[in-house]
Amino acid sequence: MSPTAGSTGGANATKPKLAIFGAASCGGCDVAIVNIHEHIVDVANAFEIVLWPTVMDGKYSDIETMADGEITITLVSGSMRTDETVHLSKLLRRKSKFMVAFGSCASEGCIPGLANLSSRKQIIDTAFSTTSTDNPDGIRPIWECEVPEGILHLPEFEPVLRTLDQVVEVDYTIPGCPPESNQIWAALEAVVKALNGTGPLPPKGSVLGAGDSTVCDECARKRDVKKINRFVRIQQVAGFDPEICLLEQGLPCNGPATRNGCGALCPAVSAPCIGCYGAAEGVIDYGARLMSAYASVVEATTPEEIDKVLDGIPDPVGQFYRFSLANSLLRSGRSAWQNDGE
Amino acid sequence: MERITIDPVTRLEGHGKIEIFLDPDGEVANAYFQIPELRGFERFCVGRPVEEMPTLTNRICGVCPEAHHMASAKAADAVYHVDPPRTAKLLRELLYSAFYVTDHTTHFYALGGPDFIVGPDAPPAERNILGVLAKVGMEVGGQVIQARKQGHNVIEMIGGRKIHPATAVPGGMTHGITEEQRAEIERIGRWSIEFAQFSLGIFDKMVLGNDAYKEMILSDGYTHRTYYMGLVDPNNKGNFYDGRVSIMSPDGERVGTYAPAEYRDWIAEHVEPWTYLKFPYLKKVGWKGLVDGADSGVYCATPLSRLNVAEGMATPLAQAAYERFYDTLAPKPESGGKRLVHHRLATHWARLIELLYAAEHMVELATDPEITSPNIRTVPTEKPTEGVGTVEAPRGTLTHHYWTDERGVLTAVNLLVGTTNNYAPMAMSIKKAAQSLIHKGVVVHQGLLNRVEMAFRLYDPCFGCATHSFPGEMPLQVAIRNSDGEVIEVLSQNC
Repeated sequence: MSPTAGSTGGANATKPKLAIFGAASCGGCDVAIVNIHEHIVDVANAFEIVLWPTVMDGKYSDIETMADGEITITLVSGSMRTDETVHLSKLLRRKSKFMVAFGSCASEGCIPGLANLSSRKQIIDTAFSTTSTDNPDGIRPIWECEVPEGILHLPEFEPVLRTLDQVVEVDYTIPGCPPESNQIWAALEAVVKALNGTGPLPPKGSVLGAGDSTVCDECARKRDVKKINRFVRIQQVAGFDPEICLLEQGLPCNGPATRNGCGALCPAVSAPCIGCYGAAEGVIDYGARLMSAYASVVEATTPEEIDKVLDGIPDPVGQFYRFSLANSLLRSGRSAWQNDGE
Repeated sequence: MERITIDPVTRLEGHGKIEIFLDPDGEVANAYFQIPELRGFERFCVGRPVEEMPTLTNRICGVCPEAHHMASAKAADAVYHVDPPRTAKLLRELLYSAFYVTDHTTHFYALGGPDFIVGPDAPPAERNILGVLAKVGMEVGGQVIQARKQGHNVIEMIGGRKIHPATAVPGGMTHGITEEQRAEIERIGRWSIEFAQFSLGIFDKMVLGNDAYKEMILSDGYTHRTYYMGLVDPNNKGNFYDGRVSIMSPDGERVGTYAPAEYRDWIAEHVEPWTYLKFPYLKKVGWKGLVDGADSGVYCATPLSRLNVAEGMATPLAQAAYERFYDTLAPKPESGGKRLVHHRLATHWARLIELLYAAEHMVELATDPEITSPNIRTVPTEKPTEGVGTVEAPRGTLTHHYWTDERGVLTAVNLLVGTTNNYAPMAMSIKKAAQSLIHKGVVVHQGLLNRVEMAFRLYDPCFGCATHSFPGEMPLQVAIRNSDGEVIEVLSQNC
């Protein structure tokens, strides 16, 4: 075993407790944790894993009977989509010393956060009236449904999707969709060291497993101060120069506003950064930062020129808030959706 | 009325819940299998540019993002009426084959394997991957990790990232591979062929060599005669990335084979108010409820289904394994049609045959002279309209259907996701297990838990492609309630 594992070894009772919980998620965060491969053994040696439902057995009733703060650290992936996930996140917060928003869904809402552009009714209506749906009576899911034999319960779909920190207090954030496995291990190792007393405890509110700059900083592409007079959509051109900044070639790339830590993987394969590591250090609103970054490279003065530039971004809200809508400043408008006329 | 609640993945995780109601005589009156989750992709993808769909829909499922990435890219190609260059298609299929090797390996060793290799009667605490390794040797654990690692490395080489790949776009790929990468992928493919054969050898020895297990596979409790669905190539051999969708009747008659864009002539989705998931069924047969047989539109889309709809496998070693599969489990056809296997536990064996095919196909693709060609993109010239893309996800046929405006911005989205195909068959397997193990109000405790767990696992469920239970035991909890709804007894395992 590694020195890390050895130094925290011993009886279960002396090990710090770790919980890993997935709320509304795709499971990619769990796969990313499993993909630390051999280091899984180090994690199992360093912690007593009290909960990780997607991977191993765990007992929710044990969590309920635990003392407050008994779990040292809980990683929550996924967003708050139903009353059940909200309930469990609150329970885990109470039982945990440190609560970590793990991955994009928990920390900023991720792609499913774009659901907040629609009302709950619109989302459910769409799902149950698609072109292949056979639903002449307009049936919708019922949270307390009477069937001939009794009552069946479904968790309530909440009016808006929320991030973890909109529901409970969060101590640390590990960004990414999903976080890269090498960064997950780096973050966990730092935590283990802090718990050992061989390393500093990161200040509350810290972002772990990522850098404090932007994706552009770790991107190998060359950047000039070249101005552009139009944006291109990726399918409109046969390819890009492999050496030069994608944004300077006209492709809307989210690198300038996005936190580094992923290794700039997407630009390396001529795909734009889509912003999955969230806002760069010190940025309050992701979309606002990206807009100002784009404005600084665009050269357009006449209305025609400006229109031409805007044609290259057919979906501004998706471009600027693809992963971060649920925790953006825009969400101040969410109350408009809370009563959707149901 | 007495009521039994089973939480397969635990209530609070909320990804699947079973309610069993007993009649006054203590027999099973009905069983409900609920999916308590929805995220709403069909709504919030509207308004997005179609070229983003391959990366947006990756986020439907982090276990099989490769399947959504490919189905989406194919749908986006169709929206633009563009045919990607051959090399682009080869690269997509190569990534996809590597993904199948990784995914099927994970399932066999971590999820399905424990039921057979450790044994269904072994204590639940031993029926996990560690129990498997104790039986087959710890060094195999290293190989399983190696298979997963290598598979993800190939996915990253072609797709840019290990999870949620980024390179498939309308008209092709953003990025090709170098000769050095090609050689490494070929090496991994050859290693995977050996690993797949080794895995089939384990199945032979530990499962087929054991009369009790063989009897269990053939038992009525795990048998359902439904329709089957899967993609086939022009020779009616199975294919994961492309082809026509073929439907086989429970009697072994080919009902039809259709182009993915025609799916609405063949499939409709039934709605029940007590679950967030819809029940797809064959439109031409009709929805008759959760029942077997040729009169019921219920179908199944799994590794077993794909073998049943195909005339064979497109690679030599997998073809030999395919023949052995049918010679062993269905020596002669039941009624003059194609030989079919209806024994659902045989899905585990079928999955290993597909693992071997995926590995062989990986080598075929990696040694294609055009695989390193720089010609990987066709720029669309036609106006975007509407398009359908279908692939075989490991857990069933996956279809994306998009409509756009003239700018290529989505106006409507329809998704038929892999696991969803099997919602009705799974619900039926659960009811069958309950009916055979609950009589006069007496519940065969451990037996019921085992049966439900095994019935689930063979489908490798991944609900709403939302979350996936791997690689470990499935926590099960059964609460038995009296007619006032009070819990009078709780049984559990792994939780």
